[in-house]
Amino acid sequence: MQVEKFYYDNKSVKMFAYATMLWGIVGMLAGLLIAVQIYLPAANFDLPFTTFGRVRPVHTNAVIFAFVGNGIFMGVYYSLQRLCKARMFSDVLSKIHFWGWQLIIVLAAVTLLAGYTSGKEYAELEWPIDILITLIWVVFGINMFGTLIKRRESHIYVAIWFYIATWVTVAMLHIVNSFEVPFSFMKSYSFYAGVQDALVQWWYGHNAVAFFLTTPYLGVMYYFLPKAANRPVYSYRLSIIHFWALIFLYIWAGPHHLLYTALPDWAQSLGTVFSIMLIAPSWGGMLNGLFTLRGAWDKVREEPVLKFFVVAVTCYGMSTFEGPMLALKSVNAISHYTDWTVAHVHVGALGWNGFMTFGMLYYLIPKLFNTPLYSKKLATNHFWIGTIGIVLYAIPMYWAGFTQATMWKQFTEDGTLKFQFLETVTHIIPMYITRSIGGAIYLSGALLMIYNLIKTIKSGSFVGDEAAESAPLPKVHETHGKQYWHRWIEARPIQMLILSLVAVAIGGIIEMLPTFLIKSNIPTIASVKPYTALELQGRDIYIREGCYLCHSQMIRPFRDEVARYGEYSKAGEFVYDHPFQWGSKRTGPDLARIGGKYPDSWHYNHMWDPRSMSPGSVMPNYPWLFDNKLDTAITPAKIRAMQTLGVPYPEGYDKKANADLVEQAKTIQANLKKDKLDTPADREIVALIAYLQRMGTDIKGQQKTAAAFK
Amino acid sequence: MKSKFVETLENITGVDIYALISLTLFFTIFVLVALYAWKADKNMINEIRQLPLDN
Repeated sequence: MQVEKFYYDNKSVKMFAYATMLWGIVGMLAGLLIAVQIYLPAANFDLPFTTFGRVRPVHTNAVIFAFVGNGIFMGVYYSLQRLCKARMFSDVLSKIHFWGWQLIIVLAAVTLLAGYTSGKEYAELEWPIDILITLIWVVFGINMFGTLIKRRESHIYVAIWFYIATWVTVAMLHIVNSFEVPFSFMKSYSFYAGVQDALVQWWYGHNAVAFFLTTPYLGVMYYFLPKAANRPVYSYRLSIIHFWALIFLYIWAGPHHLLYTALPDWAQSLGTVFSIMLIAPSWGGMLNGLFTLRGAWDKVREEPVLKFFVVAVTCYGMSTFEGPMLALKSVNAISHYTDWTVAHVHVGALGWNGFMTFGMLYYLIPKLFNTPLYSKKLATNHFWIGTIGIVLYAIPMYWAGFTQATMWKQFTEDGTLKFQFLETVTHIIPMYITRSIGGAIYLSGALLMIYNLIKTIKSGSFVGDEAAESAPLPKVHETHGKQYWHRWIEARPIQMLILSLVAVAIGGIIEMLPTFLIKSNIPTIASVKPYTALELQGRDIYIREGCYLCHSQMIRPFRDEVARYGEYSKAGEFVYDHPFQWGSKRTGPDLARIGGKYPDSWHYNHMWDPRSMSPGSVMPNYPWLFDNKLDTAITPAKIRAMQTLGVPYPEGYDKKANADLVEQAKTIQANLKKDKLDTPADREIVALIAYLQRMGTDIKGQQKTAAAFK
Repeated sequence: MKSKFVETLENITGVDIYALISLTLFFTIFVLVALYAWKADKNMINEIRQLPLDN
């Protein structure tokens, strides 16, 4: 048969590799800053765009979508070409994909720091960027499937299945979770409200972890680990089961982020059951990776790439064991809202994603530049520095989480809460400090890597188009013995795409449909009314400043939470919340029933300088809220958007809203005046106070007492 | 300790069918995939296994 000559495109791989390094450092620096801010409020610098609530989404988005995102594309663009024995489908699409993705990252960083956020974790980007992401993702898809269609290898190796599942599922998650109604160029309200919004968001959030941080990296593992060890994967049969079981089970597990919340019980249980079942394929995959090195451990001793892979896969195993444990209600009751979750995700992010990426970079850069790595010794040092960084990060956070949860739940003999919330925070500050040191060590390791790789790049010469040759794809597939149904999809990328989509869509639909279909059955609480115009504006400031990143709005039905915060939260209370703001972490106390707890003046002083009201508080100051004039020109558009979403404001209310707004603001101004605080009524702080004072008050008229919980 | 909301949901006809459907679906797919993986031709499996190494 005639052998065809062609060239692999290494240029795209190189570009993605550079972007991975750059954004990795940026993401880690942002993480280090917020880690310090949590014990040193002065590090917020009293500026809006350097304050925790805005930097934290930059950190998470940079690490997930910029660092790991570019890492995925680097791994896919390198391995896909070689596994298909074909150049990427289109050089133009590769370029658009690369620059489009970097543009998204820059826009994301700028808009997030400017306060444009949808208020949904890991999906914070606003609607114009959401659309851009969709377009670039489609470009990536065309480029990937184009390559698959013109491939020269009939079999589609398991790594590519993981890439296909990643592509199709991320597309589905992104589109479903990004339904929103824009009311200005850069702002929108989530299409869903309250319980439904929470369900969709955590279906998304959980599966973003699954299909952005896990499946593409498993594909990468199935290619680069055998490659670096120069031996085939331990069991290919196991990898088939690993793939199907994993993508099928993962999609169901989302509700485990909402245990003990107002989400229906059956959905919570479904989430727990599937989370437990996930251990099997996850560990199957981990063992498949580790067993690949069976009999080759001497290589691990010498090869830093393999060292990184081994720890990465081990961390994958640890976090996929821990995840299901955290999905057990009894464990979740302790871990949720604490730093335990933070520790859990960082074992995944620093260990699994970080170390896989470092391993890939150490493997790829010398290959691309046709030269040995500048220093294996430095790489080994990086490995140890990174490992120590992970340990110093994770252990204090586990300790902090467990300690704080225990303190929250302690009662005195008289039956009152033993600790103020703030005491539980100040108690764990030493752990926060240690964590930031761990993070700094990890970052310094990454810097060491960049030095090492720059040295490598300088000593080599880049091979932009790598020559290769292969026979073309035969018209008729070769058969091996008896044919089975799986063979039918195994060599056909489009069928694989459709089947993967079916597998993940079924889970999503069955999980969410009931909660949507029975919308009319959510017991509407008669006294729950839409927000006033001023409160709505205040709520948007709450979202803009990222308050939800440290404060939950969801009181779980536990004795200590009811005693600390008040009546537990009901599903019917959130029907006008676009988006929901339940939060996932309590660095500060829950705010679901903050309304009416303190006078307006308390909030005024507290937002100016939290430590004046709560000595020792770690909350940032918000001085700009006292200068910024509230944008009332946008009020009618906001009201109309809410009406579109079904919030029952009276017909034509958009025109009257501002009059009511001014009225309410004047009342708050007068309240503040009584406590000798002078402020113009048109400042943002007034709107925020209005919202804070409203929160959780609607059901106070008719609530039962907390005595129901014994 | 059940909220009214949860009770309402539990009384919706056929809510438990969703859990049943999901389990059945998973079980069926799992069995089919396992059967395939077990029965698949050894030569083919070996050929695919080697793919990352021969480029």
